[in-house]
Amino acid sequence: MSRLNRVFENKKAFIPFITAGDPDLETTKRLVLAMEQAGADLIELGIPFSDPVAEGPVIQEADYRALSGGVTTDMIFDMVEEIRKESDIPLAFMTYANPIYTYGTERFMSACKRGGIDAVIVPDIPFEERDEIKPFCDKYDICLISMIAPTSKERIRMIAKEAEGFIYCVSSLGVTGVRENIGSDAENMIKLVKEVKDIPCAIGFGVSTPEQAAKLSAISDGVIVGSAIIRIIAEHGRECVPFVTEYVRKMKGAML
Amino acid sequence: MTKGRFGKHGGQFIPETLMNAVIEIDEAYQHYKNDEGFCRELDDLLKNYAGRPSLLYYAEKMTRDLGGAKVYLKREDLNHTGSHKINNVLGQVLLAKKMGKKRVIAETGAGQHGVATATAAALLGLECEIFMGKEDTVRQALNVYRMELLGAKVHPVTTGTMTLKDAVNEALREWSRRVEDTHYVIGSVMGPHPFPTMVRDFQSIIGKEVKEQLLEKEGRLPDAVIACVGGGSNAIGIFYDFIEDKDVRLIGCEAAGLGIDTDKTAATIANGTMGIFHGMKSYFCQDEYGQIAPVYSISAGLDYPGIGPEHAYLHDIGRAEYVPVTDKEAVEAFEYLARTEGIIPAIESAHAVAYAMKLASKMAKEQIIVINLSGRGDKDVAAIARYRGVQIYE
Repeated sequence: MSRLNRVFENKKAFIPFITAGDPDLETTKRLVLAMEQAGADLIELGIPFSDPVAEGPVIQEADYRALSGGVTTDMIFDMVEEIRKESDIPLAFMTYANPIYTYGTERFMSACKRGGIDAVIVPDIPFEERDEIKPFCDKYDICLISMIAPTSKERIRMIAKEAEGFIYCVSSLGVTGVRENIGSDAENMIKLVKEVKDIPCAIGFGVSTPEQAAKLSAISDGVIVGSAIIRIIAEHGRECVPFVTEYVRKMKGAML
Repeated sequence: MTKGRFGKHGGQFIPETLMNAVIEIDEAYQHYKNDEGFCRELDDLLKNYAGRPSLLYYAEKMTRDLGGAKVYLKREDLNHTGSHKINNVLGQVLLAKKMGKKRVIAETGAGQHGVATATAAALLGLECEIFMGKEDTVRQALNVYRMELLGAKVHPVTTGTMTLKDAVNEALREWSRRVEDTHYVIGSVMGPHPFPTMVRDFQSIIGKEVKEQLLEKEGRLPDAVIACVGGGSNAIGIFYDFIEDKDVRLIGCEAAGLGIDTDKTAATIANGTMGIFHGMKSYFCQDEYGQIAPVYSISAGLDYPGIGPEHAYLHDIGRAEYVPVTDKEAVEAFEYLARTEGIIPAIESAHAVAYAMKLASKMAKEQIIVINLSGRGDKDVAAIARYRGVQIYE
């Protein structure tokens, strides 16, 4: 987990999310390397799922694009190995319980370890069900990231106590997607976490503008941006790399 | 082990945003199911509004024609709104009201659960929004208008395969957007705990009545109880009271579509593998990477790639049998029951009728089969006509 420890070291982390294989794996690899150069501190790679219930329309479409291009979990593992030949950027997988479970949870985590994945984020594995995958995460030294939401309330203490790596603070109700106003809940949620444990908190869901990034990084340890980047990828397809790079640079710049 | 397990199946695999909501429902349900006032109110609604108990009808002509076991039909089709769905919906909407919720949402496949939810919401004074796959809004256009008449807003779902599973996805997304004032009335014995247990409890009145009615008519238990299975709520409803009666065969009929050896099928026990989806661990139709398969059945209500966790468990321990029934067999049974008994069943229920027709003739005359006739077939008439090449549009 040493790569993960670097993410929040003496800085606010900028964490972009992209769906692996959207529009193809070659572009995903180029995007990862370019975003690292542009200042990304950790990159979340989505393993596309046919039925992503925590995602809004933008990321749903990215999943469909990737899947209809024939991307599979094995092909994504191969791509990660390719990335690791050229980069040491911290990497997290974001996917749903079913692609992990069906692959074989132990086989999945051991492949993560081999490929150089540092963490997994699984939105449909809540605290109560974490034993489903946590023992295998521990065995292969993959960090299972905990999520908290505006509805978590008293659950935050329980979740924070057991959390590792960092905490993913879901800023707003609903699914992923760009929002004008991001709820003021996040600040209170983070305060609650820090009362229990000194662990970095990154805010996701809805973040898109440099102004939001500046504001939210002031109250947290980092921001996670997905849909806003996926929109650029959707617009420019295989030619998206320079546009995404420019966007990441601007966002990271706003947080310094 | 976490809550709501049936063997290795079940659980609460949902985003953190919804966790407190399902915990609250569980607590409220645990409280109200033993609350005298709540039970009285629900009993009154079931009796004086839904029309329970539903009849247990001896299908004498069918029995004679098949020449084997005596066939009884549990007439859930005679309930208000035309299916078993009302049993669960009255329970959940009443619970939502007690919990202070202002709005209910629901998914629907054939439209029966949507109609039932819209009905209960109208009666109990809650706002109602229904999510229905766009494909199904076309297949079941009449039910869309029916829900609108009842004051519900219907959202056609255009993501994925535009059928029942996508309607569930969209309802879950909407619930996470407005979880504070909204209750999600899940229509089958699926989803995260406590839904599989709570929906089963509300539906178990079917089997309880069958037991009493048959003891009165025949002085004995049935030899086989047969029901169609999508998510599995009418099946678990009629099975549940017989689980301990080991001599009673429990048979769930899955939608095989064009056949379980084709990719146009929705038979989960026949073709599925273990997975985690829609809040539960159970069997699902999926590929080797866990991508949920696009499933198919002529019946919009059985067109679902999973099965409730308690059914998965009953299958594992061998207590219930699950058999595939094709579109063709179901349509023939649909027509047969109409001609023979003057009863037009829902195309979903026709899957159970089809298997009973095969089984009855192999059984002895003193044996008894009970078929759960879970819904009426008015909604399917145009689709069956089209299946037969008659171009009728609603």
